[in-house]
Amino acid sequence: MTDVSVVAERGKVSQPKSILAIDARTRRRHAAEARFRLMGKIAVAISILALVGLLASILTNGLTSFRQTYVTLDIYLDPAKLDKQGNRDPEAIAKITTFAYAPLIQKALTDAMAAKGIAVEGVNAKRAVELISKEAPATLRQYVISDPAVIGETISFDLLASGRIDGYYKGRVTKESAQLDRNISPEQLLLADELKQAGLLATRFNWDFFTAPDASDTRPEAAGLGVAVLGSAYMMLIVLVLSLPLGVAASIYLEEFAPQNRFTDLIEVNIANLAAVPSIVFGILGLAVFINFAGLPQSAPVVGGLVLTLMTLPTIIIATRAALKAVPRSIRDAALGVGASKMQSVFHHVLPLAMPGILTGTIIGLAHALGETAPLLLIGMVAFVRDYPAGPPEGFFDPASALPVQVYSWTQRGDPAFVERASGAIIVLLVFLVAMNLTAIILRRRFERRW
Amino acid sequence: MKALKFTVAALAASAAFAGVAVARDQIQIAGSSTVLPYASIVAEAFGENTDFPTPVVESGGSGAGRKKLCEGVGENTIDIANSSSRIKQSDIDACAANGVQEIQEVRIGYDGIVFASDIKGPEYAFTPADWHAALAAKVVKDGQLVDNPYKAWNEIRAELPAQPILAFIPGTKHGTREVFDEKVIIAGCEENGTLEAHKAASSGDEKAAEKACMALRTDGVSVDIDGDYTETLARIEANKNGIGVFGLSFYQNNTDKLRVATMNGVTPSVETIASGEYPVSRPLYFYVKNAHLDVIPGLQEYVEFFVSDEMAGPDGPLAAYGLVSDPELAKTQEAVKARKPLGALN
Repeated sequence: MTDVSVVAERGKVSQPKSILAIDARTRRRHAAEARFRLMGKIAVAISILALVGLLASILTNGLTSFRQTYVTLDIYLDPAKLDKQGNRDPEAIAKITTFAYAPLIQKALTDAMAAKGIAVEGVNAKRAVELISKEAPATLRQYVISDPAVIGETISFDLLASGRIDGYYKGRVTKESAQLDRNISPEQLLLADELKQAGLLATRFNWDFFTAPDASDTRPEAAGLGVAVLGSAYMMLIVLVLSLPLGVAASIYLEEFAPQNRFTDLIEVNIANLAAVPSIVFGILGLAVFINFAGLPQSAPVVGGLVLTLMTLPTIIIATRAALKAVPRSIRDAALGVGASKMQSVFHHVLPLAMPGILTGTIIGLAHALGETAPLLLIGMVAFVRDYPAGPPEGFFDPASALPVQVYSWTQRGDPAFVERASGAIIVLLVFLVAMNLTAIILRRRFERRW
Repeated sequence: MKALKFTVAALAASAAFAGVAVARDQIQIAGSSTVLPYASIVAEAFGENTDFPTPVVESGGSGAGRKKLCEGVGENTIDIANSSSRIKQSDIDACAANGVQEIQEVRIGYDGIVFASDIKGPEYAFTPADWHAALAAKVVKDGQLVDNPYKAWNEIRAELPAQPILAFIPGTKHGTREVFDEKVIIAGCEENGTLEAHKAASSGDEKAAEKACMALRTDGVSVDIDGDYTETLARIEANKNGIGVFGLSFYQNNTDKLRVATMNGVTPSVETIASGEYPVSRPLYFYVKNAHLDVIPGLQEYVEFFVSDEMAGPDGPLAAYGLVSDPELAKTQEAVKARKPLGALN
């Protein structure tokens, strides 16, 4: 009897249930999973939103920097001002400073306005010429010095419009803001509109943004990325030439030839540690070793390249070793089995198979180095550099800037027009990075073998 | 052993390689970020109008620039240090210890420090005493030194707008902060009688009283900005009640976004600073290593070009950008020609 009652009691507690009915515990577990999925989705959504927001803000701020406003003027290169002796002596002409060229532009603008019948009240000749960049006299002077024979002729020039006028056609400056702005007046904007109608002023694609050197704070419209692009290219060249052979050789030795002992273990641990060292530390090292000890010049791509090489080496070594490890043992055994030496087995068989992985690692390391600013801060590359470095190899020792450095220094300038320039430079940098990463992906997809 | 030999050889080779390459032909400048815009304007014009290469101008701060100048003589050291504050005896000693004997001091002009708020906000007319009362940790109220109780400007003085106090001031690494402390906070401390109270509290010790004056409140009302003026501007755009400390040239480039406050009833401008009516200003300098003058091509020419009337004069591009030109520029021009080194600091 008692047995029966026990059984009955038990039956009450755990009644046989259909497997289709969900009990509380399963429901809890399912709820936990649903929660986790939801959180995952939220995390992904947040990161996508952040990316979209970042890109949108950079693109809206920066895309306008690829277009620039120019004023087209026929300028009479007055011999009375530019060549007083009249003998076209290049040395005498080189002595004439940009201050002498400014009146020529003013005269050309006044003449053009008179010819087209443009006049705006409250804008005299001196205020009108403020529409044209302060870079313009320099453009003129360079043109004349490169060919003194043009003195006395009337030549049509495309001169940069000033930063505020350019900003007006990009929506950065409005008539209301000009009212309060001491650098531009609404009347000057009116004049710009008139010039535009007369066909003297136009906005078009801005090649100079990619090729021109940096400009000072008073000429945001003239600032370009030329020196920075060259500097970055030189540094990447140095990084590639130094870190690829060094990194690959070191990893082949460590992976294939080195004996397994305490010492190699120590090296391995340290390479992993080195990859995690903050980049500014490499900058300090670069300053101490390459500039102060070895006496290499400041602000030079060679020092930047060496510092970035040190920074990239561990990344390349780690990637290369992973790629070498992924090549199966059987390949080596087969090579050794048919009588190849150890070195032949590595260089004829293992290395070619590991190459896609090595290249991917190298490209990602290079992309990382391209975007690096902190170490360059300490070796004097965060600077105002206007002269292009010479061609390699002498150019490696000339001062230069770098792309991320240019972004950094433009964001510190007072004129609001530099915000646009900085965002434009970010876009250029991003395009380079995306292109490099895409190459890495394509290499991996096309050539990587799976075993 | 073999490896060691190889390393040594490689090092020697790279050193020899470097030795060939250091014949530097461009001027290297580093230092104050306040002087940087002026230096780059001059560098640009110098490169444009002469056969010399454009000088390379680095920023990084006045102190860092002077330290770099004093690292030694040689082509891998800089030629000029820009500075928004005067060189210190410790710098001169460091220079001498590293073999840098003769340094030239060149004063290029004056820089105004202005207080500005959002363009749509109310107008402010300050006195240094207002700023001290707004930001100091301790103020005098009813004859007693108390923790700063003020929350809004009109609590300090009824004529000021009823806006919550929020100030973005330069961080302590800036040269601007020194001027702000000296010309605004300590001057204000003296004006509103807090200095006397501190002196009484520290039994007449002037140094300690001044130090007590400069102690700013830490309840979030006074915000140190360690970045540059663009960061201060961004903070004001995000927080319309804020008042920021700017350089005159920065303000002049952003007059459509900022409303400038008067100080003792004087509106800051190149003219009022030059005449000395506007009280918050400071001289800007650069320091030249004389040993490099005949070594680096164009260095003497650059120094002379910088202080020439065309550049640093009242109608030059530097004044147009916001530098208050030095009334004694002619004296500086002569000193530069004579390469007169800096004597002992008084």
